[in-house]
Amino acid sequence: MDWRERITRAGELLQEFYRGRHRGALARERRQEDDLFMLLVFSEMMGIENPSSYYTLELLPLLYEGFHEWHIRMGMDHSPLEHFRCC
Amino acid sequence: MSALYLMVVGLGAFTAGYLLYSRFISEHIFRLDSEFRTPAHVQEDGVDFVPTNRWVLWGHHFTSVAGAAPIVGPAIAVIWGWLPAFLWVTLGTVFFAGIHDAGALWASVRNEGKSIGALTESVVGQRARSLFMIVIFLLLLMVNAVFAIIIAGLFVDFPSSVIPAWFVIAVAITIGYLLYRRGVALLWPSIIGVSLLYASMLVGNNIPLSLPESMFGLGAPALWVVLLFTYAAIASLLPVWLLLQPRDYINGLQLFIGLGIFFLAVLLNPPEVVAPMINSSVPEDVPSLIPLLFVTIACGACSGFHGLVSSGTTSKQVDNEKDVRFVGFLGTVGEGSLALAAIIACTAGFATLGDWEGYYTAFASGGLPAFVQGGGQILANGLGLPVALGETLLAVMAILFAATTMDTGVRLQRYIVQEAGTIYNIPALTGKGLSTIVAVGCCLALAFGAGGGGGTGGLVIWPLFGTTNQLLAALTLLVLSVFLLKQSRPSRYTFVPFLFLLTMTVWALGIQLRGFYDNGQFFLAALDVIILVTAIWVALESYSAFRKARTGESSA
Repeated sequence: MDWRERITRAGELLQEFYRGRHRGALARERRQEDDLFMLLVFSEMMGIENPSSYYTLELLPLLYEGFHEWHIRMGMDHSPLEHFRCC
Repeated sequence: MSALYLMVVGLGAFTAGYLLYSRFISEHIFRLDSEFRTPAHVQEDGVDFVPTNRWVLWGHHFTSVAGAAPIVGPAIAVIWGWLPAFLWVTLGTVFFAGIHDAGALWASVRNEGKSIGALTESVVGQRARSLFMIVIFLLLLMVNAVFAIIIAGLFVDFPSSVIPAWFVIAVAITIGYLLYRRGVALLWPSIIGVSLLYASMLVGNNIPLSLPESMFGLGAPALWVVLLFTYAAIASLLPVWLLLQPRDYINGLQLFIGLGIFFLAVLLNPPEVVAPMINSSVPEDVPSLIPLLFVTIACGACSGFHGLVSSGTTSKQVDNEKDVRFVGFLGTVGEGSLALAAIIACTAGFATLGDWEGYYTAFASGGLPAFVQGGGQILANGLGLPVALGETLLAVMAILFAATTMDTGVRLQRYIVQEAGTIYNIPALTGKGLSTIVAVGCCLALAFGAGGGGGTGGLVIWPLFGTTNQLLAALTLLVLSVFLLKQSRPSRYTFVPFLFLLTMTVWALGIQLRGFYDNGQFFLAALDVIILVTAIWVALESYSAFRKARTGESSA
């Protein structure tokens, strides 16, 4: 390992030292915001009026990946939506 | 006697403890196994469970556990002379704290990264867990009140620390903003930020700031306490990335820098220890050395708070089980060195015995001012800094530790209040605003309710805080002992420290209760009774848990 690599490695460790201690708290906060966003996107299907549903519809395929984890986290064992099967 | 001996013997004892005792415990009692898949791997989620480099993890662990407490405790306890404090810090670090911290870490790693509270429930029982929660709440309450009072005292005694102590908030927010909003790499902001912090100490040294002696019927220290809690309330509501995270980081860096330059100064120009080895003419109000020494120095010798950190966050990030020894024991050693630095500053930083006695006129009268003054002198002699600058440097170091703990403490208390709001269905308490006001209100009530209405006499709480902290440590050691017993391994290495700590805490509580009652401090007396009841309850729970584990073992 030459000195350049060493400095890069030290920088990485420093970065890790900075982020690590609050990683969990920040990730949880972010997840809460994401969960709210998920609710907005799916709101129309649950009977909550959503004026922007025309736009959020486009996002469905993108959010589908995290859908399973989301409904489990929200305390629902299966997909709450009739037309939107999950597990 | 030269303070160099204290430093060499102290650091030597820590090294020997790490090389010999921690190896024995790791190999024969914990039986650490590099093949074991740690929760960080099994439950890896990128949120809590993340395998982390052991140096980084050690850095986190050490900076999370080290704060103002390992400085304040020894700074008060040297009133009995340097030897008792020195012995308790060195032996306590090796034989009590090391096994306690690493043990909590190990037990948590072996139990899916559960916190010590959750472990208590599965190992001892539901009631013990509730006791745990009461103790933790009281501990947070006291820590916030005590630290606010300590910072206020330092602001009044060392007005040069006011500018740097508040300036660091601007530095932290800038770093947080640059990193998260601008995506700047960390290295340069860190170097510039830390340099600016030290530069602000020079500014503070030239422009000392003080509050007016009395305003709105409150004295300067009381005003600072109110200001500090207002700050803590606002800070605890800000996003973590904006203030708390960069603040913690800067604190970590200046902890390493501060410790480094202090020991360097002692090495370059070893000061003479002027304090007596054992103080035979202690002031009248000083309680008996046994048991009060063991609760006055909690952090720095053994502290239950560490178990919370070990089992709460650290255990979820252990990459290899063998790292438990490195992270757990060396984290303790780091904290022990801070306590050792405090002992040296408070016993060798004075020119004559008379000067030293001038500081230690009553119990809890020395404390942090003695550390700052003595340490400042040592830095001046060793590194050629102006004495006033050395004092500012150490005062700011202590203030930053205490203030960051307050940020976190108020935030944690808010969570507890919010949780209570959810459990008891009080919607108003579940929001951020009112819960913060309730949390801060409780702390202010304690800060002002304890000894003197000016929010100044609160250092009386210190030994009570130490007692609660040790009680928590005792509880953790008990859980560890039962856990070891259930695994048919020797439990005496954790059980003997448990018995010792429990005896000392109950004894100390009794003495303190009498003192509070005699002085008419009924608020503190009530607090004392609550803790005493908890302690006795712990003893009973432990007896029953132990008997069950024993019977289980003999029938197995």
